[in-house]
Amino acid sequence: MRRNYLITLIISIFLILLGTQAQGINPYYYQLLIFFGINSILAMSLNLINGFAGQFSIGHAGFMAVGGYFSAALSVYQGEKLLAFLNFLPTNVAQIVEFFIFLLVGGLVAGILGLLVGIPTLRLRGDYLAIATLGFGEIVRVAILNLDVVGGPRGFPGIPQRTNLSWIIFWFIVCYLVIRNLINSSHGRAIISIREDEIASETMGINTTFYKVLAFVIGAFFAGIAGGLFAHYLMMLHPSSFTFFRSVEVLLMIVLGGLGSISGAILGAFILTILPEALRGFTYLRLVIYSIILILLMLLRPQGLLGGREISLSIFKRFINPKVDRS
Amino acid sequence: MENILQQIINGLSLGSIYALIALGYTMVYGILRLINFAHGDIYMVGAFLGYFALGYWNLSFPMGLIFAMAGSAILGILIERFAYRPLRLAPRISLLITAIGVSFLLENLMVLWVGASPRPFPQKIPVEVYFVGNIVFTNRQIIIIAVSVFLMFILQFIVLKTKVGKAMRAVSFDKETALMMGIDIDKIIALTFAIGSSLAAAGGVLVGLYFNKIEPYMGVMPGLKAFVAAVLGGIGIIPGAMIGGYILGIAEVLVSAFISSTIRDAVAFIVLILILLVRPSGILGKYMREKV
Repeated sequence: MRRNYLITLIISIFLILLGTQAQGINPYYYQLLIFFGINSILAMSLNLINGFAGQFSIGHAGFMAVGGYFSAALSVYQGEKLLAFLNFLPTNVAQIVEFFIFLLVGGLVAGILGLLVGIPTLRLRGDYLAIATLGFGEIVRVAILNLDVVGGPRGFPGIPQRTNLSWIIFWFIVCYLVIRNLINSSHGRAIISIREDEIASETMGINTTFYKVLAFVIGAFFAGIAGGLFAHYLMMLHPSSFTFFRSVEVLLMIVLGGLGSISGAILGAFILTILPEALRGFTYLRLVIYSIILILLMLLRPQGLLGGREISLSIFKRFINPKVDRS
Repeated sequence: MENILQQIINGLSLGSIYALIALGYTMVYGILRLINFAHGDIYMVGAFLGYFALGYWNLSFPMGLIFAMAGSAILGILIERFAYRPLRLAPRISLLITAIGVSFLLENLMVLWVGASPRPFPQKIPVEVYFVGNIVFTNRQIIIIAVSVFLMFILQFIVLKTKVGKAMRAVSFDKETALMMGIDIDKIIALTFAIGSSLAAAGGVLVGLYFNKIEPYMGVMPGLKAFVAAVLGGIGIIPGAMIGGYILGIAEVLVSAFISSTIRDAVAFIVLILILLVRPSGILGKYMREKV
């Protein structure tokens, strides 16, 4: 077990260092990689709520907006002060620490908001919950439109660019490990049992409210982190980035990949990041083709591409050592 | 006081339109348990059909309204047949995603066809302004309220007094049993879509008349709000959708008149969350205890 952690750690550090070397690649691909990473974090976090806990939430853009705007506002209004406070460190390190703190705070605020929204609304079930979370997302957007301190409808410019591929890889790995380990723990079994049958799992003595709120808060936290990464990459935020369409896009990723599959969420994020770019050549027809592909995929494969299964290294293990126990 | 009355009259016109769209939502939800996200876009298509009928073919207003309703009814049937029916046994979430896909498709096809910029709606009915004391209202507001109330009465009549309506209620109550009783479920579902879509189209034409502006993305917000209205009143319940529509319309107008017009779009959702917290199944909905 300990060896596994060590290997994971080494691979992670290697990937993060690899990210620092990526500046040389084509800027277009670089940007696509960044967006793919952000979308994956969003998709994995929503998948925890929708796919594993079975709580139908379509307000993810709201949490992303809260995290993004909060960490961006901190960078713009408090960034200098924190850097001055950290002046005993070399400038590079101070910037890394600063960005980490601000991202974390943005994520935590989103998580706390998730707690505040989750406790009352998670009493609702199915479509009612969906529509309540949708409403929450819209309320956040309208609130931002009315907040002059972050630019309101004009958008919020002047955010320092701190996000690079290493940061994306780092948070991608953190998000992946947290959610995978949670799901594979006994808490994760509890969360999945709520999806399968809420009342039965309650009868079995599972504190369903606690686990639903837990999934919701962790999901909101990572959505907030993704928002912060997004803000510090684009250097500019606009309320129109966080409409209902954004929430739907993330939902599409996880349904396309297969609900309840982490690798499915990543696959869905990959496809829906690439697809609009691949269709660029069609100009006006692009969105029509996009929607037709979407409908056809659902008609032909309603359970999603992976349908709840995971792609993992054990698939390869089977070829190497057929006797490996995969129960 | 007069100001409040004035705003309530404005709210009634807006609310009638929300109610018309909400009826389609609630009917489809009642039968398929599907949040038909494409419904707001059918409303948009209806508005454009009215635009072409009135502006290009010079039909009279009632004829244009009927044309738009008929066209959208056919569209609704086609969508149900080719996008939703194949998925009737699939997980509900894939049905929902398909609905979202259809919604995007309608919007983008319309952008491709007429462009994304707003267009003025042909004004067939000259505006007349009436005064009662200091309260102003126009003949358009009267037309909107009258047409929607009339359509709602027809719908109530169909659902409660006719054989088809009885079959619709049976299907929404229990599909399998209805099938065993010899009801052609496919036909009834198609009919539900046709009726719901034609009501949405009527809403679209009335909005064109009222706000004098239509565009391919006009269905998104009213669609969401109409769904909120349906949930508010208790989804699946027809009078609930009407009540929800009027509550939303009036609340929205009052808030934008007396508090701030910038939070207008959030009002619907704040009202929704407040009501759901007190009555989780809507105003007219009955709370059903779930069993294992």
